[in-house]
Amino acid sequence: MDLTKDYKIIGMTNSELQTLINSWNFEVEFSEAESQFLNITVKPENLHQLGLQLKSNKETSFDFLFCVTGMDWGTDLGVVYHLESTTHRHQIVVKVKTSDRENPTFDSVCDIWYTAEFHEMEVFDFFGIKFNNHPNLKRLFMPLDWVGYPLRKDYVDEVNMVIK
Amino acid sequence: MTTTIETNTFKSEEYFINMGPQHPATHGVLRLLLTIDGEIIKNVEPDLGYIHRSIEKMCERDSYQQIVHLTDRMDYLSSHINNEAVCLTVENALGLEIPERVKVIRTILAELTRLASHQLWWGVMGMDVGALTTYFYGFRDRELINDIFEETCGARLTMNYNIPGGLMFDIHPNFVKRTKDFIAHFKTKLPEYDTLLTGNVIFQKRTQGVGILTKEDAISFGTTGPVARASGFSCDIRKHHPYSAYDRVQFNEAISTVGDTFTRYQMRIQEMWESISIIDQLIDNIPDGDFKVATNAVIKLPKGEFYQKVETARGELGVFIVSDGKKSPYRMKFRSPGFSNLSALKKMAVGSKLGDLVAIMATLDIVVPDIDR
Repeated sequence: MDLTKDYKIIGMTNSELQTLINSWNFEVEFSEAESQFLNITVKPENLHQLGLQLKSNKETSFDFLFCVTGMDWGTDLGVVYHLESTTHRHQIVVKVKTSDRENPTFDSVCDIWYTAEFHEMEVFDFFGIKFNNHPNLKRLFMPLDWVGYPLRKDYVDEVNMVIK
Repeated sequence: MTTTIETNTFKSEEYFINMGPQHPATHGVLRLLLTIDGEIIKNVEPDLGYIHRSIEKMCERDSYQQIVHLTDRMDYLSSHINNEAVCLTVENALGLEIPERVKVIRTILAELTRLASHQLWWGVMGMDVGALTTYFYGFRDRELINDIFEETCGARLTMNYNIPGGLMFDIHPNFVKRTKDFIAHFKTKLPEYDTLLTGNVIFQKRTQGVGILTKEDAISFGTTGPVARASGFSCDIRKHHPYSAYDRVQFNEAISTVGDTFTRYQMRIQEMWESISIIDQLIDNIPDGDFKVATNAVIKLPKGEFYQKVETARGELGVFIVSDGKKSPYRMKFRSPGFSNLSALKKMAVGSKLGDLVAIMATLDIVVPDIDR
């Protein structure tokens, strides 16, 4: 007896998602290598529009943003968004990158998914990535007068960090 | 002699107060900045970070075996499940075939953890709304589970019983008997929880219709666990993305559509019954076999990105590892359930009374180290 049959994923496959998203002309790059999800990399200027489309389109309806991760890839800074649809149960990963380490800025998606408000504050706190149109962007965990962004790879703190 | 009351003597005015960081109802060091007008809440803003330890940064210099020990200290009431999440991520990345015995034992222990966490929550929930007796009932029963953990895992709270590849050692010979004894005992005690608190009229008046969260908001705020399921958002990871032994047990996902404080309370009571049922199905069927598979002394994950989610007592815990092939992760992210659940607090609390905020906070089941990490 299959006990999980009511909960089987019935959504679109990765290739169907890829075809549909390609038809929206957002100049995105697709990748399925080294990950269990379909990864799409979008240019910063298209991030907000793609997010709106991913949520409002009836076929995709990615309404559940379950993880927002700030990333420092060495030269690039960026954000990784994990999305799931609560009606279709398919999942996708959206990545956005910038090589500007002095003043990295993306558009906020907290008007699309409310949870992003807190998560973007966390990313700002640890990576110094700013978000346009965020209602209350400030440090969330670190003291307000903290200098530097601790989760960046080039961050140095000789007092508090144990280097092995 | 007649007295007249001048009606404009008491003017309405918004003012600001601090709740916490040292406040019994914030369950740890969480500070809430409140704007209130009389007793009505106009704005709530959480101030976090009082016990932030930057576990994610520490993970970037530690080996995968060491990381397991850090995750206990996030949501310390779901420590076994947190350990399991990291171990599952590492095992899936390595492509390890885990013995059936390990899967079943992990599932039983995870459900015991959930029971212990919900017992503590139930005791504290009653205490928060002014019924101190519940605290002693909850802790009386939780003590028995802690004894089982102590005997098998060697610790009562931060178990560290999971390791990548299986379990640290085999279960204690008494484990099956003690667990069965506890389940038989708790089946007679859980109805007492209902007679003591659930049916209490004062309790119902304080919780029904308070802090309503709609399904759309529950999804948009990324809430999970009993908080989201009370609003009708089906999100039980054990059902949607089964791991360990959850694909072979029969249980129901506790779900409702009302979304108020009382419903969130009911969800956890129902979950306790489901946990009992899961343990009942597995405890007599622990397969024989090894309790771990051999791994290299230094675990190196292949290059790539790995994501694993599990259902803790509070909701969805996600572990996201970005590996560059070395012995430590390049980046490790914990998506903690408490953090997202807390973000919905403002939506639930604004417009209600200050006393209601305490009831709402109690059913969010906040564990601050889980939020701060």
